[in-house]
Amino acid sequence: MSEFLTLPPQKIKTEEMVLNMGPQHPSTHGVLRLELVLEGEVIVDVKPHVGYLHRCFEKHCEALTYQQIVPYVDRMDYLAAMGNEMGWAIACERLMGIEVPQRVEYIRVIMAELQRIASHLVAVGTYGLDIGAFTPFLYCFRDREKILNLFEITCGARLLYNYMWPGGLSHDIPPEFSRLTKEFLSEFKPVVKELNNLLSYNKIFIERTANVGVLPVEAAINYGMTGPNLRASGLKWDLRRDDPYSVYDKFDFDIPVGQGWHGKVGDCWDRYYVRLLEIEQSIRIIEQAIDQIPEGDVASAIPKRYKPPVGHIYARIENPRGELGYFIVSNGSQQPARVKVRPPSFISLGVMGELCKGHLVADVVAVLGSIDIVLGEVDR
Amino acid sequence: MIFDSIFEFTDNLFISLTVNAALPLVFIIPFALFAVWWERKVSAHMQDRLGPMRVGKHGWLQTVADILKLIQKEDIVPKVADRTLFNIAPVLTFMGSYAVFAAIPFAGAYIGSDIDLGLLYIVAVSGLVVVGILMAGWASNNKYSLLGAMRSTAQIISYEIPTVVVILTMVIVGGSFNLRELSETQSANMFNWFIFGGSYPIMTKIALIPLMIIAFIIIYISSLAEVNRTPFDIPEAESELVGGYHTEYSGMKFAMFFLSEYANMFAVSVLVASLFLGGYHSPFGYLGDLVGSPLLKGFEQFFWFTFKGLLLVTVQMWLRWTLPRLRVDQLMALCWKYLIPISILNFVIVALLMVL
Repeated sequence: MSEFLTLPPQKIKTEEMVLNMGPQHPSTHGVLRLELVLEGEVIVDVKPHVGYLHRCFEKHCEALTYQQIVPYVDRMDYLAAMGNEMGWAIACERLMGIEVPQRVEYIRVIMAELQRIASHLVAVGTYGLDIGAFTPFLYCFRDREKILNLFEITCGARLLYNYMWPGGLSHDIPPEFSRLTKEFLSEFKPVVKELNNLLSYNKIFIERTANVGVLPVEAAINYGMTGPNLRASGLKWDLRRDDPYSVYDKFDFDIPVGQGWHGKVGDCWDRYYVRLLEIEQSIRIIEQAIDQIPEGDVASAIPKRYKPPVGHIYARIENPRGELGYFIVSNGSQQPARVKVRPPSFISLGVMGELCKGHLVADVVAVLGSIDIVLGEVDR
Repeated sequence: MIFDSIFEFTDNLFISLTVNAALPLVFIIPFALFAVWWERKVSAHMQDRLGPMRVGKHGWLQTVADILKLIQKEDIVPKVADRTLFNIAPVLTFMGSYAVFAAIPFAGAYIGSDIDLGLLYIVAVSGLVVVGILMAGWASNNKYSLLGAMRSTAQIISYEIPTVVVILTMVIVGGSFNLRELSETQSANMFNWFIFGGSYPIMTKIALIPLMIIAFIIIYISSLAEVNRTPFDIPEAESELVGGYHTEYSGMKFAMFFLSEYANMFAVSVLVASLFLGGYHSPFGYLGDLVGSPLLKGFEQFFWFTFKGLLLVTVQMWLRWTLPRLRVDQLMALCWKYLIPISILNFVIVALLMVL
């Protein structure tokens, strides 16, 4: 019997297959190319190749004034443009030593949190799409649309706003904004529950994502992960609480962390679910902020000409995808001498190889979706 | 039998055979066109959308327009592809799914070929689809296609086992391999359907019902897997393998795969309906019997056949737009660890019950 079962040596040669995933692939979330080394369908190695969307953002900044950079900043993490602008505005204000009115700070927080909900909705929806559930994706986009409508009545734009300028805002919020936002929040709260029932607690979805791509907290710190990806690994680290900027210290909110609900702490399901919990916390923040908005002028602090003193600054904020940092060097002229961005998506992408090894091809999609990258920010 | 009337009418064996064989095609192609539109509408309304609205009222001509577009498209064969196999594959796939209809009774009066081992024939012929898919994946010379084809082969071959076991169970219950005879034993009213225990004495019926429901669920799940529908659509898994085995296909050849998918969906649905839900039989009596018109009865039977098939196809669509997709190893685990043991156990219990 045994001579039938053991094949003669060197007759059958097996070799690893290299599979190019992307840049044109439905679930690389943009123009990312993943070079997968496969043994059958098992991943041996993953190498992300980036740069297809490189627009020389940092070099461009050296030729633009601080005000002119705002629209460029929008185009980095285009799903969270408000967050990008807020970070840039805060960095510039600290560099120039400007105090902005309280009303501006409150509006900025509301906008940033609405943007966080919108961004997480895209993350959650497209994650469902990656796993093969099409319907939750459209439900998420339906509600994101309502947030974009709120942005549209505020500043006229739906995706790239050019709204938060260093020193203030381009427009004040319209008078009906508070009412509409409250209406939206009361409509939206049950939707989170619906999403949970439709997707999060689905047995197949849990099977696909629990215990897949487990990122232990030490590894997460070593790889420089931030935002929901780090919190899903179990570390309570949120810049809104740990390095408060704007008026975040005035609000009461929780920081959800991954607890390994259906598997190990830091698996794909945790990363997915932390985002859903964060949506609920964002709702809480907006509800508190919208009742406390003080009266005032939103443009009083905007300087006519920007000439910050010579020096440098690093300012960071909690963007939906993690810690977004701006390092600005000023030589005293109207343009920054150097701008360096710490992009959360780019740094999160570095962990792909670690997370995918030994999993199947289908899991690459699950892991990539769960770390939620935006290629506009990866490449800048 | 329709074949006899055609033969009498034409008095030519070849022509009457051809006409008889082509009859299901006349039904399947419009059905596939309708089903594609129906699926788009069902999914759209599930997802808070409208779906196609422009071509015809509520877009009902949309698929016709799509097919016209596909026919006009350039027929692209990749340079590195194996041209012969690449061209044969879609035809073979469609052939496999079309040949199944030969042994399925559309109504009491029409069955393509009234052979005694009809069920075994269906199982055997639907295996041809695997060859077509594997051929398509291999000939495309594309890694995604190859992975998709390998997955598909593994999946279809594995899921054929629970299907066959359930079919055997039903053969024991119904006492025939011929689907028309099986359907005939479920006539009169819906409580004679095999899902309600067939036309057995009341005690046997009560014992049979839970077993039949288990068998029904198993064959429905495995038929979903056999036609590559979500949650088992891993061979074409759009988010992983782009399009799976038909990544490289375009134009009319792609349409062939598409047509074959929808033909397959209908084939497995009516197979399940014939085994469990009385096939072409009405759940209650016939108007044709009251009036005394066999022609009307025939059309009623055809209506119920289409209705049941479409109902099960709609459930497939409903599942597709609700559930995420399984991973390839979980898919295999579901088949080998759960479906096969349960179906075999079910088979043994039913067999014992029938002997007693």
